[in-house]
Amino acid sequence: MTVEDLLEKQTEETERQAALENRILCCTAAGCVSCGADGIRGAIAGEIKAQGREGKVEVCGTGCMGLCSQGPLVLSAADRKLYGNVTAADAAALVSPNPIDRQALAPREIDLGAPFFIKQTKIVLANSGRVDPERLDDYIAAGGYQALAKALNEMTPKETVEAVRKSGLRGRGGAGYPTGLKWELVAKQAAPVKYVVCNADEGDPGAFMDRSVLEGDPHRVLEGMAIAGYAVGAQQGYIYVRGEYGLAIQRLQTAIKQAEREHLLGSRILEQGFQFRIDLRIGAGAFVCGEETALIASIEGKRGQPRQRPPYPPESGLWGAPTLINNVETFANIPAIVEKGAEWFSAIGTANSKGTKVFALAGKIVNTGLIEVPMGATLREILFEIGGGIPSGKFKAAQTGGPSGGCIPEQFLDVPVDYESLARIGSIMGSGGLIVMDETSCMVDVARFFMEFCMEESCGKCIPCRTGTVQMYDILRRMTTGEADEDDLAMLKGLSELLRETSLCGLGQTAPNPVVSTLKYFAGEYEAHIRDHRCPAGHCGLEAKEATR
Amino acid sequence: MSVKTLEIDGKMVTGMAGETIFSVAWEHGIHIPRLCHIGGISDVGACRLCMVEVEGQRKLQAACLTQIEEGMVVRTDTPRLKAHRKLIVELLMAERNHICAVCVANGACELQELARSMGIDHVRLRYRFPVFPVDTSNERFGMDHNRCVLCTRCVRVCDEVEGAHTWDVFGRGAGSRIISDLGEPWGASESCTGCGKCVQVCPTGALFDKGKTVAEMRKDRGFLKYIVTAREKKQWIG
Amino acid sequence: MDRVSRRPRLSTVWLGGCSGCHMSFLDLDERLIDLAGRVELCASPITDYKEFPETDITLVEGAVANLEHLEHIRVVRKRTKILVSLGDCAVTGNVTAMRNMYGLEDVLTRAYRDTAAVVIGIPNGNGAVPRLLERVRPVHEVVKVDHFLPGCPPSADAIHAFLIELLEGRTTALQGRFG
Repeated sequence: MTVEDLLEKQTEETERQAALENRILCCTAAGCVSCGADGIRGAIAGEIKAQGREGKVEVCGTGCMGLCSQGPLVLSAADRKLYGNVTAADAAALVSPNPIDRQALAPREIDLGAPFFIKQTKIVLANSGRVDPERLDDYIAAGGYQALAKALNEMTPKETVEAVRKSGLRGRGGAGYPTGLKWELVAKQAAPVKYVVCNADEGDPGAFMDRSVLEGDPHRVLEGMAIAGYAVGAQQGYIYVRGEYGLAIQRLQTAIKQAEREHLLGSRILEQGFQFRIDLRIGAGAFVCGEETALIASIEGKRGQPRQRPPYPPESGLWGAPTLINNVETFANIPAIVEKGAEWFSAIGTANSKGTKVFALAGKIVNTGLIEVPMGATLREILFEIGGGIPSGKFKAAQTGGPSGGCIPEQFLDVPVDYESLARIGSIMGSGGLIVMDETSCMVDVARFFMEFCMEESCGKCIPCRTGTVQMYDILRRMTTGEADEDDLAMLKGLSELLRETSLCGLGQTAPNPVVSTLKYFAGEYEAHIRDHRCPAGHCGLEAKEATR
Repeated sequence: MSVKTLEIDGKMVTGMAGETIFSVAWEHGIHIPRLCHIGGISDVGACRLCMVEVEGQRKLQAACLTQIEEGMVVRTDTPRLKAHRKLIVELLMAERNHICAVCVANGACELQELARSMGIDHVRLRYRFPVFPVDTSNERFGMDHNRCVLCTRCVRVCDEVEGAHTWDVFGRGAGSRIISDLGEPWGASESCTGCGKCVQVCPTGALFDKGKTVAEMRKDRGFLKYIVTAREKKQWIG
Repeated sequence: MDRVSRRPRLSTVWLGGCSGCHMSFLDLDERLIDLAGRVELCASPITDYKEFPETDITLVEGAVANLEHLEHIRVVRKRTKILVSLGDCAVTGNVTAMRNMYGLEDVLTRAYRDTAAVVIGIPNGNGAVPRLLERVRPVHEVVKVDHFLPGCPPSADAIHAFLIELLEGRTTALQGRFG
């Protein structure tokens, strides 16, 4: 496929879709699939046949439409109506040309003018829920691969790096390292072989941003990686995706095959000199493999354990070669930046955090699901406007950054969500998991939960993390059963400090964060557990237990 | 190779470019505690006992993996570092079943000596009492996982010096365990040459000579320097 | 402690241990005579007492292994000014705590059924044998301990040096080794 072919294909597919009477889009992301989306899609396909509407009405699956709590979701493209909690019985009405038949669907209709939809800004998720992730033509119709074409034809690799640098994009995996700087570091290495690696080992509890992007718009990530390969001088890319993401893996495999067949990946991309291959590497379920040096070791076929940095991967990464590692969401931002320009991107967000951030809303919130908001939106906007607030009861805390993050109490609801502001209040941006808690959540138990996670996911290489997490978990567990005292609390603080300052990698260094932030904002709850053997949230069932110590 | 001058604990010292803070400090009589490091094999920075403060650096640095730089100002013995090291040793003591009174290495154990030198007279953490096996299937040696601190010296010496790579690590977190080959009993290992280097470098009584009883096991680490020097300088006998 | 009016009262307690620490204490030999002049020996494992007496210094040998130990050490703590964990069993749990790697039931079955020759059966019910705790614990996990003197056993010299330091009001430079 040449650039001309690409544009032709776009026109052709757009016209084909416009000629249809309707296109019925079924969300077939993991959430909706788990509540029966595949059956609904099949029922609609059956109805199209039964009502003789082939060629006029088309059904296709899409990536995540966002409002997971109301799934399965179906979008009727012609009249732009979104339906929630759809069942197979609704298929006939969805396919029918008769407006009276469609009246039956009214109770299922979701208001697309609601804050959940209009308050979002979609870059990464622009195509998610709109294109069929298993059809390359859909992605091309939406303007796909034109950013790659633009980079190859109109920009030098240096200009491409410069565009990313100027955009102000920062790593979406959590730490927020400036992406352009990373690209520059890899680009300036004079090595003959370099690698581009996409970190899709998303593992924070409650986080499903990367999975949704891969399931919903895999070509966007491939395109971003190819642009990165061109910019830094790499010809090989790897996507390290966790084995649990079966659907994402399947869609990536399909997408890579399609892109290679059309010369959008592989050798002679767009029939030009640039070549770039992408292969998948499937993780085997270790959370620590999301840490870049452990991820590299795992791709190399070694035990997935981190190593000391420096040297950093841009200097010495995969098999010792300069390696660019970015997260899924970071790569997914690249096509838009190249296509629309750095100025467009940097106009979105705050002074030091540009663009948007995808969040996975989970926990005690009305609209659980996937959202994308400009950097700098406040937690109040995210949780109470877009998220629809707390179902019943009162907001207590929001947890960002998963096991490396912290709990944010009510007094910070108006803090803008960007890298620096979150760090200032003791949390981190993290990869985008956002878990909401109400008064029934016990903060000691929340800390215990995350510590248990870190304990189980510690690789075991360095002592502070391997055995410090075990001891911290034990203290927190004993707090929730009324068996801990003041000395334990002091030890918990000492261990927090130890892990933060001496652990080998980010997993251990940040493992105390949920403890430290809950200790800071909810100290009274810890005291109640220790002194009075009482759980203020009524969660731990302490009243019934007599202290054994 | 260029010479670098730096300050460690207020003392002006020099070392060659490429040397680590750890080795330069020891050369100058500043004995930074360590457990996973042993001269002659690679460093992994796993025990975190050699963490030091480097002026101008936000984070603590593992001395065994940090190369010296001109004008560096290093502190190895601040109250903060001492507190961290003490807690690390306590963590190890509580992690597995280190019952010195019945250990072959009693009196010649690096972990025990670390505890003594740091003035640890009791462990403030709860002992874990995990269940770990003892492998006595090898004809000459035994492996008691209850005493293992996972320093991986055995893994490295077997791979890098003996070239057999019999040992490696299995599992993760607190459940990690040293295994021979693919988890076979040591005695059934096909790659093990029976050289015993792993036994000698083991800092505790985890690896021991069979037939030794309480406090009888003494380890000889001189061989390592001998082999490595011979290799580097290509000094072969005959 | 009130040094002017009287000699400090010294007691020793034997919990779950082999009595080796007491033997080591007795190894003070002739130094015991000197010690007897400086302290008032109160309770010990061979003293017949109904209630543990008020004491200035108590040396505790052994880990907390059964219900009786648990109740006893709590009383001892209440009536002692300076409580000292003497030896590895008190300090770490040591050999006494090696049963913690296995379940209590398994340990009892092994001792009283599998390997019993004469009377087969786990003793319980009649109150003659105190109930074992699920886990053996070092003394400081149960009550606050003021000083630790590790060793299996601590040597007579170490015990002597420690006691002299303590009696003379110095508590620094005490350093013991496990095992």
